[in-house]
Amino acid sequence: MLKIPSDIVDEMIAHARVDFPRECCGILAGKDDGISHIYQMTNTDRSRVSYLMDPKEQIKVFKEIRTLGLELKAIYHSHPNHPAYPSTTDVELAYYPEAVYLIISINNSRETKIRGFRILDEEITEAELSFPPHHG
Amino acid sequence: MAVKVRIPTPLRKLTEGKGEVEGTGKTIGDLLEDLDGKFPGIRERLCDESGNLRRFVNIYVNEEDIRFRQGKETILSDGDEISIVPAIAGG
Ligand SMILES: [Zn+2]
Repeated sequence: MLKIPSDIVDEMIAHARVDFPRECCGILAGKDDGISHIYQMTNTDRSRVSYLMDPKEQIKVFKEIRTLGLELKAIYHSHPNHPAYPSTTDVELAYYPEAVYLIISINNSRETKIRGFRILDEEITEAELSFPPHHG
Repeated sequence: MAVKVRIPTPLRKLTEGKGEVEGTGKTIGDLLEDLDGKFPGIRERLCDESGNLRRFVNIYVNEEDIRFRQGKETILSDGDEISIVPAIAGG
């Protein structure tokens, strides 16, 4: 069970809305099964159907995560007007089996739905998520 | 030159589970050859048939992307820290 505090969920959704109709992407970090940090990343593809995180930003964030003693917990991106399920490309490019891949589906009315998946050796397994209320 | 190489999770199947390995080489190209000798198959995961770095693989020498240096000709010094970092991408 991956616990994502509600304020971090709100920030991911806000990110997906701002970048709509293009895909947004980002990284969540934390310890054990909890998330404490969110990093909004630049989608250098600037596309409605794909994302590629800026590699420079990515290595900076990886370094910060290591410095803070945290772990990469989840990788999120949005699916504008597509269901919250990994695409063929998502499966092909899932190079981080240690992370939960979060997909935020968002439609024209800006309604959203989040689901999480582990993708290992091209096999997709749904990951259980919980959104505990944020305390202070 | 003896260097340390950080290995990403999906390639650890090839490195007996190790997240960091030692390698040697004058350049990145030599280093990849050395690693492929120790961990057969690793070079193919990083480079295409013509030997170019695959699009979704980034290699850093002391945090500098080799694409902004001399690519596989980038010269290594003793003690350099090499990181192999897959891109985060999808559709
Ligand atoms: Zn996707």
